[in-house]
Amino acid sequence: MVRIAVDLNRCQGYAQCAFLAPEVFAMHGEEGLLYDPDVDEAQREKLARAAAACPVQAILVDAVDAVDVADAGDTPAEAVSGAR
Amino acid sequence: MPGDGSLEQLKREGRIVVVGASLAGLRAAEALREKGFAGSLTLIGDEPHEPYDRPPLSKQVLLGRARAERTALPRLRAVDATWRLGVAATGLDLADGRVRLADGDEVPYDRLLIATGVRARPWPHEAEAELDGVFVLRGRDDSAALARRLDAGPERVLVVGAGFTGSEIASACRERGLAVTVVERGAAPLVGALGGVVGAVAAEMQREHGVDLRCGAMVTALEGDAAGRVRAARLSDGSVVETDVVVVSLGATRNTEWLAGSGLGAGPRGIACDAGCRAFDIRGIVTDDIYAAGDVARCPHPLFGYQFLSLEHWGNAVTQAGIAAHNMLSASADRLPHMEVPAFWSAQFGVNIKSVGVPSLGTEILITQGSLKEHRFVGVYGYQGRVIGAVAFDQARWLPFYQELIESTAPFPPPFATVDRRPDGQRPLDADFPDPSVPTHGPTVTVSGYSPADRRMTFTPAH
Repeated sequence: MVRIAVDLNRCQGYAQCAFLAPEVFAMHGEEGLLYDPDVDEAQREKLARAAAACPVQAILVDAVDAVDVADAGDTPAEAVSGAR
Repeated sequence: MPGDGSLEQLKREGRIVVVGASLAGLRAAEALREKGFAGSLTLIGDEPHEPYDRPPLSKQVLLGRARAERTALPRLRAVDATWRLGVAATGLDLADGRVRLADGDEVPYDRLLIATGVRARPWPHEAEAELDGVFVLRGRDDSAALARRLDAGPERVLVVGAGFTGSEIASACRERGLAVTVVERGAAPLVGALGGVVGAVAAEMQREHGVDLRCGAMVTALEGDAAGRVRAARLSDGSVVETDVVVVSLGATRNTEWLAGSGLGAGPRGIACDAGCRAFDIRGIVTDDIYAAGDVARCPHPLFGYQFLSLEHWGNAVTQAGIAAHNMLSASADRLPHMEVPAFWSAQFGVNIKSVGVPSLGTEILITQGSLKEHRFVGVYGYQGRVIGAVAFDQARWLPFYQELIESTAPFPPPFATVDRRPDGQRPLDADFPDPSVPTHGPTVTVSGYSPADRRMTFTPAH
């Protein structure tokens, strides 16, 4: 999975992301944006295109593959792999 | 210290501890590594989860479009830290430079960043708060539990408090077709943050979307059935609302109790810092090794006469984290002040609400573009003849322009001839904020005077 966040202070509702990666981003109302914060690996390419196309560069995408923290609230299997 | 090599030594082999493993803590840790800190880094968090993003918790998650467990923040770079998650910090020894943990451990530091944030203010009646079906919404677990309950299709959801969080919850419930009652002690939703003129628009939006909105009323008691499930709420106007889910959205409390007695300038209003995020001690002397960032910090802001300002805003947490990280590793002449103009957003009832500056300091409002009736407008707030804040309903692209007016302390009413002035915007109106001595549910900005050691409370629930 790829983790993302959108800086909605920056976002101005240009909707480029919703065109380029509709499985991840959707407009909600005229200029609101809803997104899936945990994106399926299969969407990685589309996600990269959407992030690059954002006119205000508001989309933050995981830059780190192997995560150095075990989420103590999750299953041990996930904790051991240390990555999602 | 600068010049004697101690800064280089700190960067090479120092010990930096970050208390608070959420947005500010994570971004600060990343910034420290980015700036070449090669020593040991420890992140301490009371929740067992790795850092996650909160805005989706009251929006996507409640709409069923994302899972609360899947909101971890993206990592901008590796932090190579020791993580102490699921264990709260319980004390601070300033003289020895140690953080005490709930499990008895002590973690020594050369530099400390405090980013412990806020928590939801609970329902004040403890036995009622424990009824099954009574929720607050602040963390990942809160959101997951509430989303599960909404999935089960409750008969009616009662939201107590119509600040931003309460209003977003009501919006999500209506979108899912659930019956919703909102009870707000103020005259309108969002009135504490945006005033009565804009609050009236927020009230219209709620009612048009089928919310049973009760303003000027308080919930005086929650009643449970024999099995301990909430079944009704009693209101101050004598009415009773039957409900099986109650979400208490009465704002937040700063997580500073663990610092009591430490000697740090920390209290219910937050941790007093200088403009560079360095914390004050209770004597009003700034420390040089302890910093604060995010919701828990209160910093003097140049735009507001250097009064201390606390901000419960996502962008503020990110910026202060960067400032604190930079200043920790810098000689005094290289340090940076936190000068960013406050900004926040909210999405509710299909409308994108964004704001810059501090509307709640304004006394007047001028609708400069669009119209209140259409729920699509920009309102500019004036304070002592200057522009102090702006709010946009579905007009986000204009806000950078208004931010410039705030940064340049432009006169109010703004002198430009607007491109789109409607009857609403012919002259400034009283912004109609509630008397500041009357608390409201959701103020996300608090101006708290000049005293670094001020420990007075600003909010006293009357429940």
